[in-house]
Amino acid sequence: MPAYYLEALTVTLGLALLMAEAFVPTARKSWVGLAASVGLVIILGLNFIAIGPQDAKPGAAWAEWPLWSFIEFDALARYYKAFVILCTLLVVLMAVDHRRILTRFTNRSGGEEGTGEYYALPVFACAGMMWMASVRDLAVAFVALELVTITFYVLVAYLRRNVGSLEAGVKYLILGALSTGFLVYGIAWIYGCTGTMNLDVIAGMLNDGRAAGVQRVPLLFGIALVLVGLGFKVGAVPMQFWIPDVYQGAPLPTTAFLSVGSKAAGFILLIRVLDPFLGSELTAKPVLGILAALAAATLLFGNLAAIAQTNFKRLLAYSSIAHAGFMLLALAGGETMIGGLNAAQIVSFYLGTYLLMTLAVFFVLSQIRVQRDGEEIRDFNGLGKSHPRLALALTVLMASLAGVPLTAGFIGKFLVFAIAVKAGLWWPVGIAAIAAAAGFYYYFKVIRAMWWADAADGTPPVVLPQLTRYAVAGLTLAVVVLGFYPQPILDLLK
Amino acid sequence: MVIAPGGNPRTLMLTPILVFLPIVAFVAVLLGAPARLTTLATAAINLVLGLVAIYFWKCPSCTGFSVSVLEQPSIHLAFGFPDGMSAVMILLTVIVTVAAALTGKAPEGRETLHYGSILLISAGALGAFASTDLFFFFAFHELALIPTFLMIGMLGRGDRRTAAWKITIYLGLGSMVLLAGLVWLYNATGTFDMTAMKNAPPIDPATQKGIAALLLLGFGTLVSLFPFHSWAAPAYASAPAPVTMLHAGVLKKFGLYGLLRLAVPLLPEGMNAWLTPLLVLLLGNVLWVGYVTVSQKRLDLMLGNSSVMHMGYIFLAIAALAAMPGNDLAAPAAVLLMFAHGVSIALLFGLADRIERSTGTLDLEDLGGLAKSAPALAFLFGIAAMASIGLPGLANFAGEVLVFLAAFRSYDGTAGFGPVQIACVLAIWGVVISAIYMLRAYRNIFQGPAADATGNAPDLALSERIPAVLLTVTLLAVGLYPNLLLDLLK
Repeated sequence: MPAYYLEALTVTLGLALLMAEAFVPTARKSWVGLAASVGLVIILGLNFIAIGPQDAKPGAAWAEWPLWSFIEFDALARYYKAFVILCTLLVVLMAVDHRRILTRFTNRSGGEEGTGEYYALPVFACAGMMWMASVRDLAVAFVALELVTITFYVLVAYLRRNVGSLEAGVKYLILGALSTGFLVYGIAWIYGCTGTMNLDVIAGMLNDGRAAGVQRVPLLFGIALVLVGLGFKVGAVPMQFWIPDVYQGAPLPTTAFLSVGSKAAGFILLIRVLDPFLGSELTAKPVLGILAALAAATLLFGNLAAIAQTNFKRLLAYSSIAHAGFMLLALAGGETMIGGLNAAQIVSFYLGTYLLMTLAVFFVLSQIRVQRDGEEIRDFNGLGKSHPRLALALTVLMASLAGVPLTAGFIGKFLVFAIAVKAGLWWPVGIAAIAAAAGFYYYFKVIRAMWWADAADGTPPVVLPQLTRYAVAGLTLAVVVLGFYPQPILDLLK
Repeated sequence: MVIAPGGNPRTLMLTPILVFLPIVAFVAVLLGAPARLTTLATAAINLVLGLVAIYFWKCPSCTGFSVSVLEQPSIHLAFGFPDGMSAVMILLTVIVTVAAALTGKAPEGRETLHYGSILLISAGALGAFASTDLFFFFAFHELALIPTFLMIGMLGRGDRRTAAWKITIYLGLGSMVLLAGLVWLYNATGTFDMTAMKNAPPIDPATQKGIAALLLLGFGTLVSLFPFHSWAAPAYASAPAPVTMLHAGVLKKFGLYGLLRLAVPLLPEGMNAWLTPLLVLLLGNVLWVGYVTVSQKRLDLMLGNSSVMHMGYIFLAIAALAAMPGNDLAAPAAVLLMFAHGVSIALLFGLADRIERSTGTLDLEDLGGLAKSAPALAFLFGIAAMASIGLPGLANFAGEVLVFLAAFRSYDGTAGFGPVQIACVLAIWGVVISAIYMLRAYRNIFQGPAADATGNAPDLALSERIPAVLLTVTLLAVGLYPNLLLDLLK
């Protein structure tokens, strides 16, 4: 099956859901979410039988289409498509179990009408992210990114009767527009220097940059602007300042989607866009320098600022900045290979583990929000006594986020450290070590609250709904198994 | 255990069974198996398996095991005994695990947590000592730390939260530094396989110096090397008895084992470069912490500090190796003393817990005359205290004497005392310090007129004598015939 079907199907799925939601008169709307997840599961399956033009039968007309100079379908694209579909699927399921909060802040009546779109919109964002995974041309990169960003404007501000959500929406809108401006301006400079937006052609020109008459300084200026634009998306310091507020204000499933899906999309775009520039003598050194500086600043800020947090959602926001720092550090390794893995593969692996643990934590937090009406760390007090199995799962997840060995999180961090050491990035590695140590502190704060502190009187018990329970159990199990046996993810990346 | 037709021991797979049996038991306990029974049975089976494994330790196909978990960079879940040192540490772990499982009492309704943690800590220690792959060597140790932290914070005594938070942060940071060192070591040798590392070309001296610094700091924090020791005494004082026994007795030895397994053979020049600072710090352990120990007013804090103090002797053996890589006495001395200290400190902490449970206090001022009401307790505690001081005939004496001899191995009559010899002469005073605080504590607790708390304290019950006697017999056996272990270390 030609690979371009995947995005077409995803968009169709989204449109069909919107139509059905509008014209099927039901009081309950969560079925939209369940329908979306069924559709996404099918697309996820199709993703593994889809083929790119390079694998097409000889003479297949579609393989010759000019479309393929805009997008490609390689192992990395397949991996990231699977990644974002899985992420969207889990986010939609999370939203289904989160509907009590959604309805409370969208309708005066408290009914479910007006919440149906919330399950359909992530599907559009998913389509955008899937295109981003295949980007071969800066124009496509921009269009795909906008599809994602505009969807998120709605998703962030969805709780229209909640001031925090509206504030987050405005912040995200303004800063998102600003970052888009940087990105487009940067693309314009790159186009001006090279005369093309096709990344393969740019790579060819830069192979012998001086000969092709490419001017170095304007090109670097363009790249820097693009890095600023994408820095907003992945949450690199100093473009991170919107993250804590937006993450805290947005509805919880949106926060989860932003911190996993949007971040991963930012990274695949970074990998794709920077690829030609990192392969060229002309630009590699300054670009790697910028990446290393960004990584060091992000690691330092994200981890140190996380220490003081008492709100769990904000803590996860800073943690997402911190993890972005680790991934940027791997990218700053450039062309270094560690045991046959390049930086892009290590970042992809890291993101895979990050998805498992972060989404599982968000699933738990979502139920704490619904049932205890709070998102503070102290709302987890005494969970170890009242809900030992849930607390054990959350302990494993927190330990994995902190990078404790025998969990998937450790292997990701380990590979990042290994590539950074091999690339000789001593200063950033030193900062990363401090950052990882700080991570132990603030993730263990949650573990400490669960096991050592006593719950306040009258704290309601937490009963996980079926979907959430299976999701948390499955994701936690995956974190442990991949901690022992990480090969399956790496096989996907080959 | 399956023995293939023809008695081929290829399929014994002893080490992975040793490591994974407690993990399986942990899962079983989690799913509702009777906690105490499962733990005791697992500990007993592991003791037998451990003895069998040590009997076969020279046969790699009986104890070796390896499966690839990551192709590139190549990481294997691999176990085995590269030399007798691992075998001795495994022996220590299985013995102390049995004792720990039999000691102490799980609080009502918390049996799953109590026994589950014992199983996990034991599995982590066994995994760390049996791993031949750097990755899992580090990982299993961390696996054991998490339940340690949780147990101190949840079931500890006194100011448990502060103590637990302190040990979490100290050991978390120490592990980070250690990890940085291990990654660098991997980078310098290009392999995770510890056996292959030894055959890798020598690392250049400047790199060696850097890696050795990180390893000394990282492993040092885990072993409570002065001045990174302040987590130890409060943590041991507040932890539940089995956790203290397992951590002070077994898990803490991981750092020393790591230095002997990695730093000493792979980084001879790097270790040598840090010899003087190491000697100063280890004297801090023996003399400064020894002085601190003398001034303790509670038995648990005193024992905690004494365990920090005794680490200084083992570091002295490591320093002797660093000063003279060909020193054939130092490594056996260090391992023997690690074993002896592990058994004796576990015995002391186990009995201290018993004293607290029957008298309700560990304050030395409030105790007295306990020997009258609890003679067996007094007798066993006396043996443990004597072992800790280093009385001949008990295992610690053999270890300490060997350490001092090892320190003088490089003595050259014409050149006079080198730094190691000077440190050794100063460290010998530690024996006197040990005698002061141990004997004083013994007198305060067991002799003199009976205090209110001790008047009708019950003596050890039969089930409580089993772990104490097991550890005491081990101390005596190794003390009287150290070749039991030294033969393994040749």
